[in-house]
Order: sequence, then C-alpha cells, then structure tokens
Amino acid sequence: MPKNPDINRVLIIGSGPIVIGQACEFDYSGTQACKALREEGISVVLLNSNPATIMTDPEVADRTYIEPVTPETVDLILQNESDRGTPVDCILPTLGGQTGLNCAMTVSERGILEKHNAYLIGADRETIHRAEDRTGFKESCAEAGVDLPRSVVAHTIEDAESAYTEIGLPCCIRPAYTLGGSGGGFATTREQFDYLVRSGFDASRNHEILIEESLYGWKEFEMELMRDRNDNVVVVCSIENLDPMGVHTGDSITVAPSQTLTDAEYQNMRDASIAIMRAVGVETGGANVQFAISPTDGRLVAIEMNPRVSRSSALASKATGFPIAKIAAKLAIGYALDEIRNDITRETPACFEPTIDYCVVKMPRWTFEKFPESDETLTTQMKSIGEAMAIGRTFKEAFQKCIRSMEIKRNGLGLDTQDAWLDFKRAERAQTLRGENGSLKGRRSGEPVHDWAERAARQWPIADEIVREKLLEPCQGRPYYIRYALKMGYSIDTIYELTKIDKWFLSQINDLCELEDELLNTDPEGPQAESLYCRALQAGYSYAQLSRAWNVDTARLRTFAQKHPGHCYKSVDTCAAEFEAYTPYYYSTHETPFRRNGELIVDDELTLPDKECVIILGGGPNRIGQAIEFDYCCVHAVQATRASGCVAIMVNSNPETVSTDYDTSDILFFEPLVIEDVLNITTAIGDKLKGVIVQFGGQTPLNLAKGLAAAGVPILGTTVDDIHLAEDRSQFQQIMNELGLVQPPSDVAYAVDEAVEIAQRIGFPVMVRPSFVLGGRAMEICNSEDDLRRYMDTALSASDVEDTRVAILIDRFLQDAIEVDVDAVSDFGLYGDEGTCTICGVMEHIEEAGVHSGDSACAIPPYSISRMIIDEIERQTRALARRLNVTGLMNIQFAIKSRRVYVLEVNPRASRTVPFVSKATGIPWAKVATEVMLGRPLCTVLTKYDYDPDKTLDHVSVKEVVFPFNKFPGVDVVMGPEMRSTGEVMGIDKKFAMAFAKAQMAAGQTLPTDGCIYISVNDADKPFILPIARELAEMGFSFVATAGTRDRLSAAGIECELVKRISQNPNNNMLKWIEQNRVQLLINTATVTGRYTDEGKIRAASVRYGIPLITTLTEAHAAVEAIHAMQAGEVTVKALQDYDNMSTSDSNR
Amino acid sequence: MSQCTLAFEDGSVFTGHALGATGTATGESVFHTGMTGYQEVLTDPSYTGQIVTMTYPLIGNYGINPVDIESARVYLSGFVAKELPTQYSNHLATQSLSEYLAEQGIIGIRGVDTRAITRILRDHGAMRSIISTECTDAEELISRTREIPAMTGQNLVTAVANHAANFRMDHVSPATQVSNSGTDLQGGPDRKRVLVLDCGVKYNILRELNTRGCDVETITGLTSSNAVLERNPDAILVGNGPGDPEAVQECIETLKALIGKVPIFGICLGHQLLASALGADTYKLKFGHHGANHPVRNLATGRVEITSQNHGFAVDANSLTQAGARPTHINLNDESLEGFAHNDLPLFAVQYHPEAAPGPRDAAYLFDAFLQMIHTQSIPENLLVAT
Repeated sequence: MPKNPDINRVLIIGSGPIVIGQACEFDYSGTQACKALREEGISVVLLNSNPATIMTDPEVADRTYIEPVTPETVDLILQNESDRGTPVDCILPTLGGQTGLNCAMTVSERGILEKHNAYLIGADRETIHRAEDRTGFKESCAEAGVDLPRSVVAHTIEDAESAYTEIGLPCCIRPAYTLGGSGGGFATTREQFDYLVRSGFDASRNHEILIEESLYGWKEFEMELMRDRNDNVVVVCSIENLDPMGVHTGDSITVAPSQTLTDAEYQNMRDASIAIMRAVGVETGGANVQFAISPTDGRLVAIEMNPRVSRSSALASKATGFPIAKIAAKLAIGYALDEIRNDITRETPACFEPTIDYCVVKMPRWTFEKFPESDETLTTQMKSIGEAMAIGRTFKEAFQKCIRSMEIKRNGLGLDTQDAWLDFKRAERAQTLRGENGSLKGRRSGEPVHDWAERAARQWPIADEIVREKLLEPCQGRPYYIRYALKMGYSIDTIYELTKIDKWFLSQINDLCELEDELLNTDPEGPQAESLYCRALQAGYSYAQLSRAWNVDTARLRTFAQKHPGHCYKSVDTCAAEFEAYTPYYYSTHETPFRRNGELIVDDELTLPDKECVIILGGGPNRIGQAIEFDYCCVHAVQATRASGCVAIMVNSNPETVSTDYDTSDILFFEPLVIEDVLNITTAIGDKLKGVIVQFGGQTPLNLAKGLAAAGVPILGTTVDDIHLAEDRSQFQQIMNELGLVQPPSDVAYAVDEAVEIAQRIGFPVMVRPSFVLGGRAMEICNSEDDLRRYMDTALSASDVEDTRVAILIDRFLQDAIEVDVDAVSDFGLYGDEGTCTICGVMEHIEEAGVHSGDSACAIPPYSISRMIIDEIERQTRALARRLNVTGLMNIQFAIKSRRVYVLEVNPRASRTVPFVSKATGIPWAKVATEVMLGRPLCTVLTKYDYDPDKTLDHVSVKEVVFPFNKFPGVDVVMGPEMRSTGEVMGIDKKFAMAFAKAQMAAGQTLPTDGCIYISVNDADKPFILPIARELAEMGFSFVATAGTRDRLSAAGIECELVKRISQNPNNNMLKWIEQNRVQLLINTATVTGRYTDEGKIRAASVRYGIPLITTLTEAHAAVEAIHAMQAGEVTVKALQDYDNMSTSDSNR
Repeated sequence: MSQCTLAFEDGSVFTGHALGATGTATGESVFHTGMTGYQEVLTDPSYTGQIVTMTYPLIGNYGINPVDIESARVYLSGFVAKELPTQYSNHLATQSLSEYLAEQGIIGIRGVDTRAITRILRDHGAMRSIISTECTDAEELISRTREIPAMTGQNLVTAVANHAANFRMDHVSPATQVSNSGTDLQGGPDRKRVLVLDCGVKYNILRELNTRGCDVETITGLTSSNAVLERNPDAILVGNGPGDPEAVQECIETLKALIGKVPIFGICLGHQLLASALGADTYKLKFGHHGANHPVRNLATGRVEITSQNHGFAVDANSLTQAGARPTHINLNDESLEGFAHNDLPLFAVQYHPEAAPGPRDAAYLFDAFLQMIHTQSIPENLLVAT
C-alpha cells in the first residue's frame, strides 16, 4: 500500500529562530522532508520565520511563508491557500522541533484545523499528549510494561515515612509548586532525608513533596526509532551518554552505538522503547526514548520520549547514514518502511536497523564566556549552543577527533598548548637541556626559557581540591580534568566515585594517558618510535600533538606518515560493509595495512569521479557568531559547484547541518576543520583538486586559508594575501588613506600601557577587541582608563589562532551613529579593472553603532538614510572591493555620523547577513559568488539569475535577533559590542512598520496594541523619550515608572503611575508588576548593568515572564511605528512566490 | 603482546596481536555484523569450524558473564576483533574477553582492519583461512589455507550434537530475559513435552520453550526416528547447528520418518534439514547472513521483523513446491527464503533465530505459534500464506 492518494498539499511548520536546544537540525530535517514530499508529487507549503534556513529557499517548497511561527499565522496561511484554490490537506508537525509541534498542538486545540478542513499527519494530538504530558507518559509506560523511576507523593510526615521504606536511599525530594526547585535536594542518609522532608514541606505552597528514586550516577541512553503505519518498528541508533544522569543530553558527551550494555540488556532496552512507542501511539515517523540504567544491577527505567524528529535524530542520521527525517516524511504520507529504499545501499529497503562499524562521539559546544554571569555547572537545563561530531574506528580516535573539531584551541585530549601536564614535562626536559641549548619550540615568543619552565612547574600538579571539584561538578572542562586526575595518580575507581562516568570510558581515557607517558619516554629517533607512532595515530592523536610531545616538526611527521601508510578514508554505509555502498560519505581513520602478494595495502575506500573537484569548507560547531547562516552559504556553494559541473566536496564536523546531509554534496567528509585533517583530504584528492572555497564557513575556514595556501593548495576566491590585507590593521589603514576613506581613529596595542596611551591619543570612549575573532568575542566599549586596564588584563587570551601574538584593536567609538551593513559580490580578483562589483544589499541597523552587528535588527532597504549617503556607501564599497581584489563576497560595516560615512570593518568573505539579503532581494548571492569564484564573470552570472539592478523592491524586510537569556536565568539582558544572540528571524511586508512588527512577533516579542508600558531610561535618553511616550499615550497606552521618569512624564502632561524601587518596596515594585502581568511592554535603556542591580533584575524578569523588552531608543521609535501599523490594520501573510522579485528561477532545480 | 597472523586463501595476510590462546587454528572465515552479543556468538555451536570477524570494532567492552551463554563452551575456531578494551565494564561481568578466550583455548587476533576483512569476504565470499601465533611466514600460511576442507560437504554436527544435554534452566539470569510475549502454561494441564533434536542447539531456544511451559528434553540430532518416537513427544524442534545440511544425512533420514507423525518446528540448520527431508534443495550463500539486523517479511501478516541470523547455507525457495511446502518468510535484503510451512502438515521452519541471543526478539512470536500448532495440530494463522 503506497502513499495515501488523498494527500496532495502538506503544510510543514519549521522551528523558527535558532535557540539553545533547537538549532539547524530542524532545517536539516525540514529540508529533507520538503524534498521527500515533492519527490512524491506532493505540494509543500512551508512556514518558517528563519531566513537563514535552506528550507525557506524559494525553490525548496512550492509555497514559502517567511512569517512568524504562530497559530494565528497558520490560520492565515490555511485561509490564504484555500482562497487561492489550493487548500492544504494536512499539517506535518513532527519535523519542526518543539516549536513546530507546540504550534501545531495549539492550532489543533483552537479548532483551526476543522475550520480549514485539515488534519495532522505523523502524530495526532492525543499521541503528542501521551508522550509529552507527565501523567500521559506514565500511563503509557505502565501499559507498555516499562518501569519509571519509583516515586511517591507525600503530604504528611507519615506519608514520607512510608515513602522512605518504599523507595529507600538515595532519593530525591522535590517540593511541589516552587520555582526552580528550591527547597529540594538529594538524600543519601536518614538525617538528610528527614531534613529535606521538613524543609520541603515548608517550601511547598500546598504542603506537598515528591519523593523519587534517585537516578544519580545511573547510565543514560537514548534510542532512535521509526514506525510505519503497518506497525513495523526499527531502531535506527542507540546512543550512550558519557555523562551519567543529571546532565541534559544536549550538554552530554554522547557516543553511538551504546558501548557498555550486553546484548541482553540492549535488547531489553530495544523491546521497552518499541513497547513505549506503540503505547504512546506514534503512528508513523521518528521518535526517541531516553532511558536510565542502574550501573549496579542493570535496572532499566524510562525517562522521557519525544514523539517527533529531534536533535538526536539528526545526530543518529549523521551517525548511521539513515535519513530519519526523509523517511519520516514518506511514512507520514502513507508509505511503509519496506516500501522505501535505502539510498546508501540502493538494493536493500529502509526497513532495517543500521549496523555501524565505527564509533561516533558528539560533544556540546558552550559559550559561557559570553555570559560571564551565568552558572557554568551542567544540569538538566541545556546550555550548549552547538555541537561537533566525529567518527573514528575506535572510541579513542573519535573522542580526540571530536575534541579537535570543537575549535576550542585543543588538538585532542592533551599534548597541546593547553596542557599543564605537558608544559610541566617539557619544563623538566628543558631544565635538563639547559646549558646545552635552551631553545624550545612552541613556547610563547619572547619569554625566556627559565621563566616559562618555572611557570609550568608551578602549574603542576593541579591543586587536589580543584581536581576534586571539577570531577564532582559536571562542567565543560571535565574530560581534561579526568586526564589530569589520572596523571596525578587518581585511580579509575576514585574517579568513578567522583564522576560516576562509566569505568569503560574512564579506562579508555586512561589508555590515552598511558600512551602519552610512553610517547614522552620514547626517543622519536629511536627504534620504538615507529610502532608507537602508528599506535598514537590510531588512538586519534594529531600531528600537532605528536609534534609537541616529541618536539619535532609536523612536516617531519608527515614524511614519517608517508613511510608508514595507515591513513585512509572509510565510508558510512549503514551496514558495516555487508553491502556495497553508493553514497560517498567518508571519515578518516588510521588502520593497520595488510599484505597481498607482497604488496602493502591500506584499505582506502575513497573513490573520485573523473572530474575537477572543489572543496567547500564548512563552519564547524555552531556557536554565537557562527551558526546556520554560514552553513546556508556553504550549502549554496555546494549547489552552485555541482551545477557548474564540478564535483562538490563538503568538509564539516557539525551534525546538525544541511551541509552534512549526504544528499547535499557529491562527496561528504565528516572531519574536523583542522589544518592537518583538511590537508589530508586535499592530498587524497590530489591533481583533481581545482581549489578550496574558504569564504563561506565563517572564520573557521578562513583561519585555515593561510596554512592551506602555504602548503600549495589553491584557494578559490579572494586570495589569502588580500584577505590578510583586510585583516591586518596597519596595512588596511594604509589602504584607507590611499582610497581617501575614513575610519574612526584607531590603533593596535600589544600591552596594557600601550593601550592606555593610544586611547588617550584618540579619545574615550573607545571600542576594544582582539584581532582575528568572530562574533565580537571579548569586544567592549571602554569609557575610562580604568575600564581599559581591566579589559586589557583579561582579554589578552581571546585570539582563535594559536601561537600568534595577541593584538588588541582600539577604535574611537562613535556614539549615536547609524550603523549600516553592506554585502557585495565582485570579480575584481579575476578580471582586474575589467571586473565589476555588485551591491547585494544595504542594511540599515535599527540599533545604533555600538551594538554588535550580529545583535542588531536591520532593514532592507534602508528606512531613514538618504539616497546620497547610500550612493556614497556603495561607491566606497566598490572602491574597497577593487583595492582588495575581491573575488566572491565581501561584507563592510559602515557608520554614519553627522552625514559622514566611516568604515568600521571589512570582511572579504560571506557574512552572516548573506541569507537575509538573499531572501530579501530574491537573488541567491552565495551561489552568485560561488560561480564567480569558479571563474565566471560576475555580469554573466547575474544575467543568469535575472538580476536587474534598476528594479526597486516592492517590500521591506526586517531582520530581528533572538537571545538565549531564558536559558541563563538572572543574567542581565543588555546589548553591547559582544554578540550574544543565537538566531534570527525575518519579517516581510509592504511597509517598514509592519515588517518590523512581524519580525518582533517572529522573535517571540509580539508588541502589545494596548495596556501598560513601563518606562525607565538613562539621563542621556530622557529628553528623547518624551515624544515616544506622547505618541504611545495617544495610541491609548498607560504608563508606569519610578519617580524620576514619572516626574518627567508628568511635567510633560503624560499621566503615569508611580512604582517604587525594588529595594524600597518588596511587595509592590516592577518585579511584582511583571509577575502579575500588569505591564505589557518595557522600555528600558541601561544606566547600570549586572544581575544584582534593580535594572538587571527587571530586565531578567521580563525575559522570564516573556514580556517584550526594548533597550534602545531607536528600537522604541521603530516599535511605535509598528504598533501604529498593528492598530491600523490586520496582519496578512504572503508567500515568497507571490512577491514580485523574490522567487528567482533557479537553474539548479 | 605477541604477534598473530591471519591469512586467507586469496592471499590476503593480516598481522595483528595475539588474543586468547596461542597456536594455530583454521576454518572458514565469516563476519558478524551485530554490534553487541560477542559472548553469544562465541558460545553458539553453529560457528563450529569458522573463524569469525566481528565488524563492530570495539569488542569485549562489557566483559564475559556467566549467564549470556548459548552453550557450555566456545565452539568457533578463531576470533577476529579490531580492538579490545583494557578494562571491561558491566555489573554482570566476571572476567575479560581475552581471559575467557585463553581459558577456552581459542586463538584470536586483534588490531587488524576488520572492515577491510569484511570487504574482502563480501566480495570474495566466505573463505578458508588460518590464524596463527606460531608461524609468521605468509606464503606458508596461505598454502596451508588451501589444505583446509571446504565447508560444503562437511558434517560438523557430529562435533556438537547433544552438547545441550547438560543444560539447566538455572542458567537463566535476570538479564537474559526471554521474550515477554510467552503464554504462561507452567504447571497447567496443557503442559507439552517438546523433544529438541540437538544438532548444536542454542540454549535460548530451550529457555524460550521452557518459559512457555514446555517440558523440554534434548536428544542428539544424530539419532534414529525410533529413539525419538520412543520418547513419545508432543512435538519436535530441530534446532540450529553448524556445517552443510546435506552432509547430515542421518538426521535428514530421521526427519523423513518423523514428518507427519508429530508437529515439527525447525530453526536455522533445522530449517535446512527439514527442507531436505521434504525433498527441497539447499545451497551455499556467498558469505551468508551473520548479524542482528536482517529484515524479514512474514508473508502471512505482511509485517517486517528485524531478525538475528547466522547461516551460510539456504533453502532454494523454488524447490519448495516439490516439497509440498510454501514460503512464509522472505529476506528483504536479498529475497532469500527465510521460512516455510508445510501445505498439509503441522510443520514450519525459519532460517533465522527467533530465540535471538544475540539480536532482536521481534520473532519470538514463533514460539507461541509453535505451541499453538501443537494444540491445534495445524499451521497457525500468522504463518498461513494463501496460495
């Protein structure tokens, strides 16, 4: 029984902006689903507010709505489609993460489905409820015969007593109805139990506590399943968490497949997961079930279930090669698993369980450095922003490759510049070498050997209490401290007691430690070195680590490698080589060669088509400042490369992405984006390599460009030297002078005093930042010398590139300037003066200069700057493109102050605004740039994409960002030069005001059209708030403010209620107003910042209670306009395909 | 760390580290694709005469425990793994895999490219091979592989028949759960007596029958039909076992005499032997099916089950008609025959392992079907394929 003939049009709901816990994996799953459905002749209507997604490319779906992901929008879309005579038959809610699922649930509950005669496919309301609701899930598990953690609800001391007997120790005591679990805890002794019961009753509003079996230290697992309408169920992948229960799976290091279960235990878990899936009633599609297993007696309990495609489904897909989202879409429209083919083997059906012959490790990537006020302890609340995945033939290899993939200045578990133990060992060696020859490779330049050696000696061993604390409290550095502990002589048993990490994992890490000892005790020239070298590579050590441990050049290690072959590529084939695989999805490994007829053979599976190959380097793990936007560009580069007839080869380490879908490129290497791994790939491709594209993956590939070029690898696009010109301050300043362009006065400092001298020369306030970083890391505005000194002391270690002297850039900060972002594409690098440069888009920021460009809202076309200024900006852009010989994309940030244009920053690469500009203008700029880099003249390419420079846009597009503050409770919410947003949304409409209003809705900050507004602005802003308040008053809003602002408003004749400061009145202050929902909007420009200030508390509270917060005057102005528009007219929706110049005919389809 | 060499008849020679016992062993090389279950593989008598390469690279992680055993000892000839851990970890484990292999006198090799071996076996087919810690001379080893008797024509059942005579139900532990779909007939008046023809039967087949309330007795598979009938069983199960089915003529003869007299259920080698006894043909597969992820369609229900498999020979589906039987199960990967039922008699068989161990338990319903067949003396509904 193939597909259901009644389904002709399906609405897919996307997951909206990237937030913690919901990243590009849903672009990956949504894009797969769109492709899968359209393959079957089904029309796809798509809703997603995130412009940086591939799924919102106009050619991916038939009808693309970049609109807020809300039930109201769904209602409008269903109406719109039915008015057009093409009604939607059903909604597929299981591919857009929790956002998509929640939206579909509300749509269903509000009767919107019935209204439009549509229904849900994949999962219905009851199923979703049974999986997501605590009681529903409990009942389902009972029905399935699967245990849950034992628990008892107690209302009296007697209840608690019987619970003590029933559940025993250790146990968890949680008071009901308290926020953030206060008053609860973990009891291991009778005394603790009694105490927690008493304090729990006190803390609970209704004198109720939950006493639950403690799963502390239990092993955690996840099962990824698929079910079809014939009740066939397969397990796609099992995943074991290295971190035991207590750390969110998204924050755990995870390993696939499970490692420490016997077959019988594994099968018990498999049976339980299938029984739960059936009991919950997931009809078709993917789901995952999490389990905990006691390490002492093997007891299995279910923890939770997701009745949809999830983050771990994306991981499971990449880990096994089984395309879960694609299959889920096919199952939803009626296919059975055995009716779908396995693309990888071609011959076998999708109804099977992948078996893998490698080990996969995933690691989370955190960005705590951006939120210094947040608690870094890992808990059941997910905090990581991104992740990397690595594949190896052994756990050790995959583990080290994964650490290397994280781009955290580590080459592996140890033996790198971050390794205190190695520093100590090298210092020991240096001491013995002293007198003979004091020079040592790898130390910071300029530092005398003995200083360095003494410092190293002071750092080792690590203080015992620090090690214990790091092991006891789950935190991001824990794996490295486990290694340190082992080096310091802690036994595996002791470390197990502290971490509860399974001894198998600990012993694997111990193997690495012992191998390192051996390495250090072996003469690299000696007879033992050879076999040790091979063993080390097999254990995942990089040349960088070996070179540091042995004090030899990486170049020498490469020569060594040629003499001792072993490096090879193996494919991910879903079947452990049982069948031939056709999908070229590779990972690198080191293997032991074998012999046949006297010949030494390394079984390398890489096969290349007989065509020119182009490598596109991806962006690695998502982080703030480098996320889905760059993956979007990479995917476009791949598409354009394929269309041009070259072989497109993708290299990336981020499992959440569309770029690592084996369907996206011709060849996929799932590899760390580290110079040696990339050089191994270019070597393997050899003469067929046309070049490497480094322009699209953000700073990651750009950081590799120099090393690649030095090794003779051709770089496509703007040359490495020209990239360097733009990045090197002094050379760039020269160019600016030469072109007669203006920059804010600036200089470079390498030391504290130097910085102070410079700042005094150019004048405070100054903007400071280290060179070579992305996303404004460690960027700050300093108003005084004290600020600057404090900054310099801490910031000297933020550069991403190893072993370069840290340069700090100091710019005069232009207060109240308008900031403008420009993306342009050019072919000057290829055609010199014959070349051209085209402006992709000029974006006017809504926040003033000083707020990081990645955190600013912006609009295309500009809404307040004059044509003359825009022309000047375009002229300067072209001049820079010419001078820097740009081939491909470039991004320039300008500031406009007093009608004067300043150049703030030039990046000769694709910027994170490229997807937004592409969506706003209807031209796929990354594809245009790729074709240029491959050698075609820009004007020819533009003609192909129907680009008309004279055409004006008939709509305005506004980009707004979203912040992860809700995951860092209490942290103050202020914008600054350090980028902290995780994602973006886009609002499109005829006029700026409505486009801005939609962007706010999409960002989850729907502006109110009536109610009360809290106003609190700093002194500088006070004169400017009055006209804003007056307009809002005219629109019917009431106000509340503290004394100062209230007086000012009253004096201007604007009525305003008075509210006390938090400290003045604990029962009636702004926090209470927010809590009681008495205020609908906050306009607050910061006077002081920090989580302990009144202001900081109020801002944090607005996040917690979801009340829109405006923190700049410019944004307040925009909001006034938007509210006007919302009051004046209904919100409408429009598909990209209905805009005049948005749906370019794309030659790639 | 002493060196060990694995050589194949096609001339491929792999050098690695010795694992377990020292010496030299020969056999037919096959690969097993399950990611867990090495202990069950090691103790499965069906692997007699074979050198088994595990495709999953990390083997031995959870050690060896006293309960997950399918026989009292290791039967395979040699064992090939990519990497063994320094330390195993599991609450049930009592010893490491390498200690166990050494204790059992089994020669293994580790540190070799098991994926390369798998690809060679996939392309070339199962091969004669030799594993040695004594001889490192490649040429000598290769030439010795050519002296190893081919699997086709070998009666290996003689080496394992009646091994289960010592089986006790207390070998079952909490972790070795048998499937929970069993109907509990324990102690009831309907208690059935099942005689298992032991050609190398896995313990879990006995456990599955036992949990379903059967009185299970085993008898050597190389017995006469009279000896079987003397015991007056309610039904017969012919279990799994090693080698070429055609070579086990005495058992085929016994079955010929039993067919039609009692309900019979065949598993794996039992499936092949029953097919032969009925007059159907068997043949050798290129590299067989050894793993835990093979999709099989039940032709009566249309449902797909993920199955545990271990066989190098198969029954020719086309020859079933002449045997008065019809296919009940088909492998979705290569469309080979995975099960059949007799047209008239209470007799059915499957090529794969409904008792799992190792592998998924999707097919445990076949034991219930067997019991139902004993009660009704006819093929149960869920195996009844319309003509």
